[in-house]
Amino acid sequence: MREVTKRDLLTLAACLVLYAVMQTLIEFNVIGAFWQLNIVLICINIILAVSLNLINGFTGQFSIGHAGFMAVGAYMGAVLTVKMQMPFLVAIAAGAVSAGFLGFVIGLPTLRLNGDYLAIATLGLGEIIRITILNIPYVGGASGFMGIPRLTNFTWVFFLTVFSIFFIKNLINSTHGRACISIRENEIAAEAMGVDTTKYKVLAFTIGASFAGVAGALFSHYFYIAHPASFTFMRSFDILTMVVLGGLGSISGSITAAILLTFVSAALASYPEWRMVIYSLMLIVLMLYRPQGLFGNKELSLKMFGSLKRGGGKSGTAQGN
Amino acid sequence: MDFSTQLIQQLINGLSLGSIYALIALGYTMVYGIIRLINFAHGDIYMLGAYVGYFATTVFKMSFLPALILAMVVAAVIGVAIERTAYKPLRHAPKIAVLITAIGVSLFLEYGGMILVSPQPRTFPEMFTTQIYNIGGVIVNSQQIVILVISLVLMVLLTYIVHRTKTGKAMRAVSFDTDAARLMGIDVDRIISITFAIGSGLAAAAGVLVGVYYNSIDPLMGIMPGLKAFVAAVLGGIGVIPGAMLGGVILGVIEALVSGFISSTFRDAAAFAILIIILLFRPSGLLGKNVREKV
Amino acid sequence: MFIRTVSKVLVLILAVALVAGCGGGSQPKSDVIKMGANLEMTGGNATFGQSAANGAKLAIKEVNAKGGVLGKQLSLTIADNKSEAAEAANAMQKLITQDKVVAVIAPIASSSVIAGAQVNQDNKVLAISPTASNPKVTVDPATGKVRDFLFRAAFIDPFQGAVMANFAGTTLKAKTAALYIDNSSDYAKGLAQFFKETFIKNGGKIVSEEAYLQKDTDFKATLTKIKAQNPDVIFAPGYYQEVGMIVKQARELGLTVPFMGGDGWDSAKLPEIAGAQALNNTFFSNHYSPDDSSPAVKAFVEAYKKEYNQTPDAFAALSYDATMMTIEAMKRANSAEPVKIKDELAKTKDYAAVSGKISLNATHDPVKSAVIIEMKDGKQTFREKVNP
Repeated sequence: MREVTKRDLLTLAACLVLYAVMQTLIEFNVIGAFWQLNIVLICINIILAVSLNLINGFTGQFSIGHAGFMAVGAYMGAVLTVKMQMPFLVAIAAGAVSAGFLGFVIGLPTLRLNGDYLAIATLGLGEIIRITILNIPYVGGASGFMGIPRLTNFTWVFFLTVFSIFFIKNLINSTHGRACISIRENEIAAEAMGVDTTKYKVLAFTIGASFAGVAGALFSHYFYIAHPASFTFMRSFDILTMVVLGGLGSISGSITAAILLTFVSAALASYPEWRMVIYSLMLIVLMLYRPQGLFGNKELSLKMFGSLKRGGGKSGTAQGN
Repeated sequence: MDFSTQLIQQLINGLSLGSIYALIALGYTMVYGIIRLINFAHGDIYMLGAYVGYFATTVFKMSFLPALILAMVVAAVIGVAIERTAYKPLRHAPKIAVLITAIGVSLFLEYGGMILVSPQPRTFPEMFTTQIYNIGGVIVNSQQIVILVISLVLMVLLTYIVHRTKTGKAMRAVSFDTDAARLMGIDVDRIISITFAIGSGLAAAAGVLVGVYYNSIDPLMGIMPGLKAFVAAVLGGIGVIPGAMLGGVILGVIEALVSGFISSTFRDAAAFAILIIILLFRPSGLLGKNVREKV
Repeated sequence: MFIRTVSKVLVLILAVALVAGCGGGSQPKSDVIKMGANLEMTGGNATFGQSAANGAKLAIKEVNAKGGVLGKQLSLTIADNKSEAAEAANAMQKLITQDKVVAVIAPIASSSVIAGAQVNQDNKVLAISPTASNPKVTVDPATGKVRDFLFRAAFIDPFQGAVMANFAGTTLKAKTAALYIDNSSDYAKGLAQFFKETFIKNGGKIVSEEAYLQKDTDFKATLTKIKAQNPDVIFAPGYYQEVGMIVKQARELGLTVPFMGGDGWDSAKLPEIAGAQALNNTFFSNHYSPDDSSPAVKAFVEAYKKEYNQTPDAFAALSYDATMMTIEAMKRANSAEPVKIKDELAKTKDYAAVSGKISLNATHDPVKSAVIIEMKDGKQTFREKVNP
């Protein structure tokens, strides 16, 4: 137990140092506006990737409608700040709660499905959410929700990202997380062992959706506008690509892939038509030759650099792949 | 126009829409029946067929039927190629991997298509003059009839192949129990390829028909019809061929009714809502059989 | 072993792409004036964005061929906003801070222009949208003030909508109208709203309001519904791809009443999609008429055809105009400094553009006459000119 606390505190301290360094660089304009925007985008993508990984990677449920939850968070957050003059934190919380609630309501019936059917059902639900928003004039409908103040900045985004990562990491390493993993490994065996599979599937889904809502609220408060076209299934695929590239079941993988792919996307802005072609080829090649992605389901930890002496421990999930 | 005339008109509108969904759904259902894969790229084969038809009629100046056949053949070849390169190596991989690969192939076809033929929509040349028939206030045009007839012909052909030929029997065997079929000496790989070929050919036919009927094609045209055809296949019972036909027609009609009597902005949502309802209350579909999962 | 190699190669490719992107932070060449274009090159609005890109590129090519501006050549950096508001902000940021352009051709869609607007204001680099028609683009709804650095080349919805409503009531003598609106476009919704206001003010009645979404292909169900209401005229202010199919299917259903629309109809593809016969008895408002034998129009159409092997549509023409207007402003300001260009652009008066004579008013919106076009046998013919 003391081992755990020490490592967590160290990581926390490292994060604070990182924050201080980045913030100073931003204050003194060493990091220009363009990179600031991308860093915010990276952090938002990390939250999205890690939350989707909870559902797809750790619980093994194939959800490809994540953009729908992001949209709910984005719009709800915006409604609270713009129409109800609430403070930002309340708006983010509202975004998270509403997205989570929707995740719960959707998850309960649909998580009875498995594999392919669940994938299409979630895809369809993501689209239904988007089409519904498109038809609500109160939030701007097809014109989008304009006039959202820019309340997101590096501080908000950084700490929420760290919070998300810690929350989900600790969830994974708890009994609840282990239950989710057992569902991924063999649902019927887990059920036979007394794990309430429905409860944990819905739990993972709801929490994943809530964090997507957080990311959505951050997103809409950075770009002054929330528009249904930002939340199509292309966005869901983007997030899925990050999770798959990083490795289904590896948090460090999701973080790395989110960073990598945001950069790639920015880099390929000069070759727009090729971006999707490269993404799709990458997906196919990955699946054919390295389906476990970059990290498989291992985590990046210091002991990878040291000797492989210590087994077990807090930073990894299933060892031996 | 009184209510009953409007209703009948909407039904006719829905019927042509439905036959197109049925043709595409057939491909989905056949592939799923045989290798339990939702071929996400199927909608894009439909798009490919439309483009082949477009080039056949504009550049090579073919007439309708030769263009249709060419499109079906080309699509069949491409379908088999995709299966061999992208799906076959993953036949024993976890479902998620194959699904993601299918998504990758779909995106590749769409965006690769955009680079090749530009996202500008293309218009088909006038293939045959349209006759409009007014039957007691209800309008039917000859193109709708052509679509219906060709779809029916193809479906009858397919049913004949599946139930009266040796290949068809092999296909049914493989979809029922792959290992047993293999043990009985059936070349499973070949049968799977043939299934893909036929499914792709049907989708291509749908693409050409759509090109002629609606007159406009673009590289992203396959996404929505692809998804909706999947819904149709599930509605009818995935893996069951008559189910795909029935599901397609029903979906088309429901869509027309929703558009006509509620609002067309909800038509896509209606399709997905149907999917969810069916999956929750009758997952085996209207004509499907409930298969218990063995541990 | 193979897997390791492949993964290493994959990482390598990604790294190279990264470096290519980062390294792309350009060294300003002093003999080139850089303009930027933030357009929808992929995604739902790609056809419009690509047309606009063509128009802008043509303008730059022509000016360069005549010696450039201020003795320097012009270059155009295109950034794709993927038809998405957030990416539009990103693209605007990149063009201004990374590529250091002096002016930007802003996105087609109003929402994308607005998303990037703060970037323009903060960095003091102007954006001119070829087509964005939402009034909020040039006037900030939160403060009610004009956005200094935002401009547009197309007239705004209130004017166009009113033009068509008056035409419907006065010339076509319509008492009842049906609206068939593209719900995924605020341009169409705006036009419809103003049409409705003017039409009702003139004593008319709207008997049916229906909607469709972009990329829809089957409109028969809704058209059947509209037909049942017996309108005198149908106003369909969307974009030509859907409108073409709508008119075609309407005629197939036996709907013979006149159809009307806005400048989104303008494209050579419209009669291809709808069929020449179907388009008889349809009218739409536009910036100019191809019958217009003005040398500017002819020259533009010829040049565009030669360069791209296609007839230009409204997006290309407006983008060409937007680019040219900006270059003219540069010439008048005698400087490539962003703020000075902005000041001169705001003073544009009676500029002879392809799409008409443009003067920018106090809210940076063009004041120009509209022309009502009637489709006869698949050809655009001039019907009426309406002055503001």
